[in-house]
Amino acid sequence: MASRGIRDRVAIVGMGCTRFGEHWGRGPGDLLVEAAMGACGSAGVDRERIDAYWMGTLTSGQSGLLLSEPLRTGYKPITRVENYCATGSEAIRNAAYAVACGAYDLVMAVGVEKLKDSGFSGLASAAARPTDGTQSSMTAPATFSLLAPAYSRKYGLDRGTLRKVLTRIAHKNHANGARNPKAQYQRVVPEAAIENAPRVAGMLGVFDCSGVSDGAAAAILCRTEDAHRYTDRPLLIKALSFIAGPADGAKRQYYDYTTFPEVVASASDAYAQAGVRRPREEISLAEVHDCFTPTELVLMEDLGFSSRGTAWKDTLEGRFEIGGEQPVNPDGGLKSFGHPIGASGLRMMYEMWLQFRGEAGERQIPAPKLGLTQNLGGAPGRCVSFVSVVGAN
Amino acid sequence: MASVLRYGTYIPHARLLRDRIASGAPGERAVAGFDEDSTSLAVEAGREALRGCPVSPRHALFASTSHAYAEKLNAAALQAALDLPPSVVALDVASSASSGLAALGLAAVIGAGSPVLVCAADVAAGAPQGPRELAGGDGACAYLVDGVDGGGAARILASATYTQELLDTWRGSEQPFPRHWEERFALRLLVPALAEVLGEALRQAGLAAGDLDAVAVDAGHAKAALQLARSAGLRPDQMANDLSGSVGRCGAAHAGVLLASLLDTAEPGDRIAVLSAADGATAVVLEVSEGIADHRPRRSVRRWVASKRADLPYRTYLKWRGILPFEPPRRPDPPRPAAPPMQRSLRWKYAFVGGRCLDCGATNLPPQRVCAHCGAVDRMQDVPYADERARVATYTVDHLAYSLQQPVVAAVVDFDGGGRLACELADVDPAKVAIGLELEMTFRRLYTADGVRNYFWKARPRR
Repeated sequence: MASRGIRDRVAIVGMGCTRFGEHWGRGPGDLLVEAAMGACGSAGVDRERIDAYWMGTLTSGQSGLLLSEPLRTGYKPITRVENYCATGSEAIRNAAYAVACGAYDLVMAVGVEKLKDSGFSGLASAAARPTDGTQSSMTAPATFSLLAPAYSRKYGLDRGTLRKVLTRIAHKNHANGARNPKAQYQRVVPEAAIENAPRVAGMLGVFDCSGVSDGAAAAILCRTEDAHRYTDRPLLIKALSFIAGPADGAKRQYYDYTTFPEVVASASDAYAQAGVRRPREEISLAEVHDCFTPTELVLMEDLGFSSRGTAWKDTLEGRFEIGGEQPVNPDGGLKSFGHPIGASGLRMMYEMWLQFRGEAGERQIPAPKLGLTQNLGGAPGRCVSFVSVVGAN
Repeated sequence: MASVLRYGTYIPHARLLRDRIASGAPGERAVAGFDEDSTSLAVEAGREALRGCPVSPRHALFASTSHAYAEKLNAAALQAALDLPPSVVALDVASSASSGLAALGLAAVIGAGSPVLVCAADVAAGAPQGPRELAGGDGACAYLVDGVDGGGAARILASATYTQELLDTWRGSEQPFPRHWEERFALRLLVPALAEVLGEALRQAGLAAGDLDAVAVDAGHAKAALQLARSAGLRPDQMANDLSGSVGRCGAAHAGVLLASLLDTAEPGDRIAVLSAADGATAVVLEVSEGIADHRPRRSVRRWVASKRADLPYRTYLKWRGILPFEPPRRPDPPRPAAPPMQRSLRWKYAFVGGRCLDCGATNLPPQRVCAHCGAVDRMQDVPYADERARVATYTVDHLAYSLQQPVVAAVVDFDGGGRLACELADVDPAKVAIGLELEMTFRRLYTADGVRNYFWKARPRR
């Protein structure tokens, strides 16, 4: 399979991101306008200059009209993108390819989700397809909680230790969110509160789950040679990989629920594109899809940050904290920044944008070399995964 | 006349101590799960009866007073779930607790070479704290009857019926629960009817009351059996346990469940009379066959009765039966399943028939055109998987999912014969689920939406 990538050919030259959380007073259109205008302001361009748009949302609307109507973009190509919870990353990937191939000069990737209007707990799909009624009823936290007993058994980790590891992940991401003025939750949560929270699924309590939120984020992209027109500190795209797996983990017994093979495949592809050989040493910081705490644990191994069966130790030793050797989710992650589906992949990139420009305030990581975003959608054994590698040079 | 080739029963897992319904009330009653109804109970009993049986029924009668659908053939769901050929004559038999035994009597006269499957099942619900709720129980039985003389489990020597129009127990379509007339009035008519049919059946069989090894009496009135014994000259040692203390009277299924519990332990040559009193009376007299030991189901009534959870709270019972309203979780209501997709996956959804790849032998659940294992296209062969045993690969307890019974316990289930399915676990204590827990499949009603009963399979710890 050829996956040549577009290493250093495309740059992000402006980004915008709303605060994530409960925007009772604003609809999807309002959030899109704020993120898009923020990105335009950041790049110093009028929106009339944007040649084409890729707009991602899972549940908040359909078609490019969801953006064109509130933003009054006139007569422009707008592609609506959807790929489960990796929707925002897919918007970036497709927008980047469009400028890389020369079809357009300046494009916007934008994502939005308005989850809090449904009145439901957690993520609930509004538009149900007609089915034969035999599908598993497991909710998102339930499917990801399947990782916990499997991991615990495979690596002989007792439940108490595993619980401590998950607590550390939640605690870290809440502590990071406390340094982020755009995060949904900006409060350090004591470890005891995390451990004693009401159960949601399996070992997971409320604090093991990402925030259900409203929000939007946007990025403006162009070819790298044009980037100086908009900013002196562009963010360069080193790699973009996207994988839809065979969705057979819940059908075949080979799958052991301690890994996301789709993440392994997309990471391997992205590392090849970016020329990364030792991710544990070469990736300075990462924004990963911590939809639930066990997901982040497993991702550390799938991305090659920790070898198999050791991410729990690295977590307990503080490797992934802001002051650690390889900070993960310095902006608070899905856990405390919140998870408005269509916006999340762009929000991860927004943190890279800030970090590589030195604008991340009290969570700034000194002199990052390479950054990684990882975004997945679906469930263990049945998912899509996106991995990007970015940098300033 | 005819013979019972095979039989089977099903008693659901939960028991409600009657003391929790009314202080001091003795014994316990069997309770169908929140995900069970008369159809799913009948399917489970039918599976017990037909497992390993080379004879396929040509008729399927489904007796119940609590059919899931008032309009739409409930016996068709049995046909589909038991994977019987579409040429089977499927009929619902309804309205009376005696309809199960009456259907067995009818099956005995249909004739040779035309095997009849009689399933009877009831979810016996009554007004809270009333006599039906207290004395009732939920359960099912199934009999495969053929017009052959001998062989199988037992020979049907005779049957007799006495039809009596009387106002004893009644429930109009507008009423959620049955009402009852004064017991003393009903006994005055039903006990003579019982004596009449017993006498007639014994006369046909050429037997005297004293020749019977066991007599099982199913009646809505506890005193009926005693009064019958007195009037017919039956000895106390002939009278069978009526399971009122451990199961409760399971409506149309009860006479058959009592008969099964006798067949479970009977010796070849034993003569058994089983009677049912409702809207008159029915009696069937049988003689146990030589080969009974080879024709018993995997699970006896005794085993079902012993396999239980007895800690069901009364309010949970009321919630399960839809009597006590409750606030649903803040989640979308499950959607009504759609007719065309259900039709497309009929054998998967109802009979749990999976696909086996002719090229690599892998099991695909559900069947699909392209093998999940080797990628071969259109090489899938049907493989019945309802009796395939399985184990928990990993699991969760979902406090968020919509269900009448929260939390939902769900697992990734690995089958011994290959293949994997993520599904709900039934009849399980969330605290006792572990990787490796041994499971078997069970037919359930997942939920009801817009009146549509959504049947599919769950896995349960082996019973």
